Amino acid sequence: MFGSINTSMILAILPEIMLFILAGFVFVFDLVWDDSQRRNLGWISAGGFSLIIMISLMLGTPGSDSGLVWGGMLRHDWLGFAFKMLFLFGATITALFAMDVEDLGKKGEFYLLLIFSTLGMTLMASSSNLIMLYLSIEATSLPLYILAGFFKDDDKSTEAGFKYFLFGAMASAIMLYGFSLLYGFSGTTDLDAIAGVIKAGGMNPVLLVGTLLMILVGFGFKISAVPFHFWAPDVYEGAPTVVAGFLSTASKAAGFTVLIRVLLTSYAPASDTWMMVLAIISTLTMTLGNTLALAQKNIKRLLAYSSIAHAGYILIGVVAISELGITGSIFYIIVYLITNLAAFGIVSVVGRITGSDEISAYDGLSRRSPWLGLAMLVVFLSLAGMPPFGGFIVKVLVLASAVKAKLFWLAFVGILNSIIGLYYYLIVLKHVYLYRSENEQVEIPVTRPYAIGLIVLTIGIILLGVVISPWFNVSTIAAKVLF
Amino acid sequence: MTGMDSLFLIFAVITLISAFLVVTTKNLFHAALWLIMTLFGVAAIYVLLNAFYLAVIQVIVYIGAIAILMIFAIMLTQRVMNPSGRIFNKNWIIAALLGAFMFIGLVIISMQTGASKTTLPQISGQLDTVSELGQALVSPNAYVIPFEVASVLLLAALIGAIFVSRKR
Repeated sequence: MFGSINTSMILAILPEIMLFILAGFVFVFDLVWDDSQRRNLGWISAGGFSLIIMISLMLGTPGSDSGLVWGGMLRHDWLGFAFKMLFLFGATITALFAMDVEDLGKKGEFYLLLIFSTLGMTLMASSSNLIMLYLSIEATSLPLYILAGFFKDDDKSTEAGFKYFLFGAMASAIMLYGFSLLYGFSGTTDLDAIAGVIKAGGMNPVLLVGTLLMILVGFGFKISAVPFHFWAPDVYEGAPTVVAGFLSTASKAAGFTVLIRVLLTSYAPASDTWMMVLAIISTLTMTLGNTLALAQKNIKRLLAYSSIAHAGYILIGVVAISELGITGSIFYIIVYLITNLAAFGIVSVVGRITGSDEISAYDGLSRRSPWLGLAMLVVFLSLAGMPPFGGFIVKVLVLASAVKAKLFWLAFVGILNSIIGLYYYLIVLKHVYLYRSENEQVEIPVTRPYAIGLIVLTIGIILLGVVISPWFNVSTIAAKVLF
Repeated sequence: MTGMDSLFLIFAVITLISAFLVVTTKNLFHAALWLIMTLFGVAAIYVLLNAFYLAVIQVIVYIGAIAILMIFAIMLTQRVMNPSGRIFNKNWIIAALLGAFMFIGLVIISMQTGASKTTLPQISGQLDTVSELGQALVSPNAYVIPFEVASVLLLAALIGAIFVSRKR
């Protein structure tokens, strides 16, 4: 029963293998270096992540076959591969942003946990078996629980970590129960084989909906969709800002990958059943996220509610169940990851100097640091969905897919929500550009890692909105895998 | 009723009664002891299902390690040893109804569709499941990746636990 390992199997898990080697490097240097040198662990991690992206792009691109490897545990296809690169990019930026954070940038544990979490995400993106899926979700979440509570002396951070852990454990338990019922009644853990059983009518409809809802609890928690969103504002507010950025982007993107893959492979024969459920979740998520964001005074809480709302927009593309819809969703996730990472990066820079995350701390930011103000303008306009930034084109895509699927009401709700969103994003920009503050002479220094990260992200946001075709093509290739 | 059936019935009743006592006993220490009893019952049911290895693991891991750890934690916590306060909050009726609903629903669905109809993967031999399991865990065509990921997960948990519990 022993099969042999061939090159294609190794290439399929190339990023994971290299991530593990990177973890080994960080581990050793953390031991060898003293405290004054440990900041360089950030350079090692960020450099390592980007090196992994480059090597994977050169060697590890998936072929045209089905890509099932390692006994059907993993699927080496473009959907997984594109997301793997996205997570690695997110981790690169997060490592850069973490370097100059006090009590965090000089700790080897932070980078190790970041690497392990990223490793879990890359496996989530390519899992094609329930066992693999569950293990990779846990391997992603467990380091994140600790990262959210990384400031042990800070009550808010500890609360954030603990809250995230309790919510996550509960959601994960319900999801696991759903998995076990699914396995028990279909007799297989393979995602494609489950689809076969459902297609043949081998599942009781009540059971089908039941397991679907249970699994959606777990995925909904990861993407912070209503009604599983309660953790998000408190955790984002309390967690270290860089960790909140990572949670709201890479972790959420990972949740979307498994959601898209499980719904469109295993539950594809029952798409009529889940389409309505997901449409309602999408509507609630957009509306609640946007309306609650209006009242926020704290920028991290505002971004948390905005990130909830964006999960709703991304779900529109999934609900459309078409190649265009999934393409739109994937493209949206790419743009959202880059934009929101930049948003949390700026919050981290400003928070370090002003020591406050209130929106009023941003008064006169454009005078204190014009470049930071400009980056903020680009980021918030992109989040609001303004041309020529990335946020515009992806909103058009998901809304177009809803119209094409004859879901006019959903497209209407989406447009209405974009208008509400525009209002609170512009209010933040009003603080940045129009309000004055008494310490306008105090500059806000941007250290080198922050500068590199923010420049890359800001250019990225503009490139995503102006040069559309390469990103659109990648998303289309990834979406084609499912149809 | 065959001998197997009556054995199953006995162990099922033992498991259920002790599981019920786990959540209704006021003394946490007694609850932990009842939990051990429940886990033993489950192990016995595994034996009836010919899953000897699983039964042994159940005893070693759950009873040998987890339950003992729980008892240690309880004994080290003074306040818990002298219980006070109620063990149910006001939501217990809803929770009980939900549980009963879930149970009845699953029973009805099982009887309708027949969970036994699904073909189980054939395993050879009577007592050789251990070596087959071992091979499956490291075979590239089976579970080697999940097996390795579990070790990465545990390593991450280890680092996290040390970080959280370490004093400055």
